Amino acid sequence: MSTATVTLKIDGVETTVPQGTTILKAARDAGVAIPTLCNLEGLSAYGGCRMCLVEITGSPKLFVACSTPVGMGMEVTTNSVRLKEYRKMVVQTLLAERTHICSVCVADDHCELQAMASQLGVDHVALERNWTGMEIDSTHDFLVIDRNRCILCTRCIRVCDEIEGVHTLDLKLRGKDAQVIMDLDEHWGNSCSCTSCRKCAKVCPVGAIYIEGEPISHTKRKDIAEFILLRRNR
Amino acid sequence: MSVSETRRSMLEKVMKEHNFQESALLEILHRAQEIYGYLSKELLMDISQSLDLPPSHVFGVATFYSLFKLTEPGEHIVTGCLGTACYVKGVEDIMQAVEKEFRVKRGETTRDRKLSLFVTRCIGACAMAPNMVVDDEVIGKATKEVAIEKIKLALKGGPRRETR
Amino acid sequence: MKLDELQEIAEHEVDFQRAYKYRINVCCSSGCVPFGAFKVLKAFEDAVKELGVEKECKVARTGCIGTCSVGPAVLIEPGDYLYQSVTPEKVREIVRDHIVLGLPAKEMLYSDKAFFEKQHRLVLRNAGKIDPSRIQDYIAMGGYSAIAKCLATMTPQGVIYEIRTSGLRGRGGAGFPTGQKWSLVARAQNTPKYIVANLDEGDPGVFANRTLAEADPHAIIEGMLIAAYAVGAEKGYLYIRSEYPLAIQTLQKAIAQGKTMSLLGDNVLETGFKFNLELRFGQGAFVAGEETAILASVEGRRAMPRPRPPYPANSGLWGKPTLIQNVETLANIPLIVQNGGLWFHKIGTPKCTGTKCFSLTGKINNPGLIEVPMGTTLREVVFDIGGGIPEGKRFKAVLVGGPSGGCLPETLLEVPIDYDSLTKAGAIMGSGGIVVIDESDCMVDTAKFFTEFCVDESCGRCTPCRAGLPRMKEIYDRITSGIGKVEDVQTLEKNGVFIRDASLCGLGQTAPNPILTTLRYFKEEYMQHIVEKKCQAGKCFRSKEAEA
Repeated sequence: MSTATVTLKIDGVETTVPQGTTILKAARDAGVAIPTLCNLEGLSAYGGCRMCLVEITGSPKLFVACSTPVGMGMEVTTNSVRLKEYRKMVVQTLLAERTHICSVCVADDHCELQAMASQLGVDHVALERNWTGMEIDSTHDFLVIDRNRCILCTRCIRVCDEIEGVHTLDLKLRGKDAQVIMDLDEHWGNSCSCTSCRKCAKVCPVGAIYIEGEPISHTKRKDIAEFILLRRNR
Repeated sequence: MSVSETRRSMLEKVMKEHNFQESALLEILHRAQEIYGYLSKELLMDISQSLDLPPSHVFGVATFYSLFKLTEPGEHIVTGCLGTACYVKGVEDIMQAVEKEFRVKRGETTRDRKLSLFVTRCIGACAMAPNMVVDDEVIGKATKEVAIEKIKLALKGGPRRETR
Repeated sequence: MKLDELQEIAEHEVDFQRAYKYRINVCCSSGCVPFGAFKVLKAFEDAVKELGVEKECKVARTGCIGTCSVGPAVLIEPGDYLYQSVTPEKVREIVRDHIVLGLPAKEMLYSDKAFFEKQHRLVLRNAGKIDPSRIQDYIAMGGYSAIAKCLATMTPQGVIYEIRTSGLRGRGGAGFPTGQKWSLVARAQNTPKYIVANLDEGDPGVFANRTLAEADPHAIIEGMLIAAYAVGAEKGYLYIRSEYPLAIQTLQKAIAQGKTMSLLGDNVLETGFKFNLELRFGQGAFVAGEETAILASVEGRRAMPRPRPPYPANSGLWGKPTLIQNVETLANIPLIVQNGGLWFHKIGTPKCTGTKCFSLTGKINNPGLIEVPMGTTLREVVFDIGGGIPEGKRFKAVLVGGPSGGCLPETLLEVPIDYDSLTKAGAIMGSGGIVVIDESDCMVDTAKFFTEFCVDESCGRCTPCRAGLPRMKEIYDRITSGIGKVEDVQTLEKNGVFIRDASLCGLGQTAPNPILTTLRYFKEEYMQHIVEKKCQAGKCFRSKEAEA
C-alpha cells in the first residue's frame, strides 16, 4: 500500500528500496550477496545461524540482515574483517557440533554447509569435533531423518508449519540437546499428522532430511516456499 | 468416580478456567503435572487435542522447561540447589555423598522408585547456602550428614504423595 | 473504593496502629521460614497474651530485613531493635525484657551496625515494617497515593516526564533508560498495549526480586498501575518463577485485595481507568528472563528469544506494543511520582541514579539482602557492609552479575557500582548478584561452573551460544583434569569474543564474561593448571591428588 522508500548505503553503495525491506533483500537487489544458511525465501526469518550478521554504523551491536528492516540513512557494512572471520567461525562451530562426514553423506556436493565452507575458505575446524551417534529414523515409507547432520536451521519446521500448515515438526528440549521431532517425539512412520508432502526434504540445506533412493539433486528445491506463496497469492 | 476420572475432570476444569486458550499452555501443563504427578505422552496428547494444538508444539513446550517432568518421579524427591552461592559453599560435595549413599545419579530415580534426585539452579535461599530440599522441606546450611539423615527419615515415613 | 476514600483509609489505619505502643515485626520471608519463622510468630502472639501486654503490642509478620544468615529475624519498633536467630524458646524472654521491663535484651540483638550504615533502603522501604498480607499496612505508609495522584492531577505525559527526569534505568540488568522506554511504548499507535513485569529472577545466587515480592507486593502492583496509565495499557502480566511459592502466594493475596478495593479491575478507584493484572508462572528456564523470551512464554510457547528489531515497544505480546520491566524498576516508580524525578536524580550518581538491591552471598561474614546507592564501591560492599571474609581467609574475587557477569580481582575493588563502570571492568550489573570468593576457590573452576550453567540454559536458537559454549565447557573439563593445552587459552579468548559479539540474545552475549574476565585478571591460574597441572586453591585435580 505505502510507496514510502528508504535510501541507505550498503558497503558504501547507495541504494533505494521500499520501506520494510530487509537489509538482506536490499543488499541482494544492489548486487551484494550476504551469505545465509537458515534463511529461505518464502519462510519467516529465523535469525539463528548468524551467517548474515552485518555492522550498522552508530551501533556497537551486530544485526542479522535477514530480519532487520532498512532504515533511512543507514550505513551497512557486510564485509569487514571481523564479519568475514565470524562467518568462518559459524561454519567451524557447526562442523564441530555434530557429525559431518561429507564423503559418506547423501548430500555430498549438494550441501549448503559444504558449499559455504568452500566459499569462505574454511579448511580446518579449530574446535574439537563431536561424535553424536544418534539413531537414524527411516521408519517412514521414504523420508529419512539423520539428526547427526542437522544444523538446527529449522527450515523444515518452518516449511511444515507455514506452507504445508500441519506443523508435524517442532523442536524438543533446548540448547545443545535440541532436536527436531515429529508429533510427540514419535518415529516418523508412526506420525499421525505428517502428510508426506516432502517439503522438509526439499528445503533441508544439508543431508539431514532426504528421500530414500532419490538423488538429492532431484529432491532439493530451494524455491519451493517462495513458489507456493506466489501461486497461492495469485 | 475412579481416580483417573477424578483427575480428568480436574484437568477439564483447569482448561475451562483458561478458556482452552493456546497462551495458557504453560499454566495448563503446570496444573496437569500437579494433578497427575508428571506429564505422560497420553496426557500431552489429551491436552494437545483439547486445546487444538499440534502435538509437536505441546511436546516442544513441555520439554523446554526444566520443571516439567515427563517421567514419573519416585515417591520422594530430593533436590540439590546448584546456584552460585550453594556451589561456592560446597553443595557439590553433599550431592556426591547423597548419590553414593542412595545409589542414584542426579536426574534419575532409584530402581525401587522410592527416591528421585534432581538438581535445580536456584531456590533463592542463598544466604543459607548450601541448600538441599527433601520433598518440600528446605534444609539450609546443609551438611552431608544432615542431608543423608533427613533423606533416610523421609524414606522411612512412607510415600510423600499418593502413588499409582 | 473511590479516589478520595484512600486518604481516609490511610488515616484510619495510622490511628489504629498508633494505638499500639510496640510493633513486633517477625520476618516471614523465604530465608527465615525454613528456620521456624512462623513458629516464632505464633510464640510472640502467645507470649504477649500470656504476659498481659496484648493491648500494647502489635505482633505482625513482615518481609525481609536483609540479615538473611541469622534468621529468624525480628524487628521491634519503636527504635528499630533487631533481634537475630530468634527461636520460640527465646521469645518469652524477649517479650519479658523488652516489652514488660522496657529493657531490650542486648545479647540477642544484631550487633553489626556497619551492615545497615551504608545502605539506603528505598525499594525495600517497607520491608520489615509492614505486613505484606495487609493492604491497609501499605496504604498507611502512603501506598497507592502515587497512582491516585496520577489519576487525579497528572497526564500520562506528565508522568513520563518525571520518570525521564529521574534518570531511572532498568534494574533487570541491561540498564536501559526507563523513561525513554515508556515514551516509546506511549508513542506506539497499535492497541491494545501490555505491561509485563519480570520476576523470573533465574540468576543463581540472586533473591532480590523474590524478597521484594514477599515484603512489599503492592509496591510492584502500584508501579505497574502507574506504568499502565503512562503508556496506555489496560492489561498486565506479572511473570514469576514457580520456584518462589511464598512470593506467589503473597502476590496472589495482594492482587485479590487490590481487586476488592477497586485498585485493579475495570474501574480503578472509580475513575474509569482500566487495568487488569494476571500472574504467569515460569517453569524452569533462565532464558525466560530475557525480554523477548518472556513474551514467548506468556504466549504459551518455548521461551526462545527472537531478533530485534522489531522491539517489544512496537511489537511485543501478540504483535502489540508491550512494556517489559523488572519488578525492582517498578517498585521505584511510586516514589518517583510522589517525590518528583528531581528528588530521585539526587540519589546515586548523575549518570546512574537511585539505588540497587543486591543479594550478597558466598564467603562473606554478613550474607543477606542489601540496597545501596549507585556509586558505592565494591570494597564498601564486601568489607564494610559484608564484614569481610570469614575464617581469616584472603579475599580472591567478587563475582558481579552471576553467570553473565565478571569475576573481578582485588585490584578492582574500588570500582563503583554503576552500569558503565561495571561494563568497563568486564562485568555487568545484572539483576543484583554479588558472590564473594576466597583463596580456597579456583577461578578456572568458577569460570567452568558459570559456562556449564549457560550451556544448560541456552535456548538453542543461535549457533554461537548453542554450539560454541559447549566446546568452551569441554576445554575447561580438560584443563581442570590435567590435560589442558597452552593453545586452549587462545581458543577460549577467540571463541569467547565471537560468542559475545555474534549471539542473538543477552544470554549468549554475556555468557563469555566469566571466561573473558578470568582470562584477563587471573591468567596465571590458567597457566598453572595447564603447565604445572596444579590448582593452588586445591579444587581441581582432586582425584589425582588423592592418588598421590
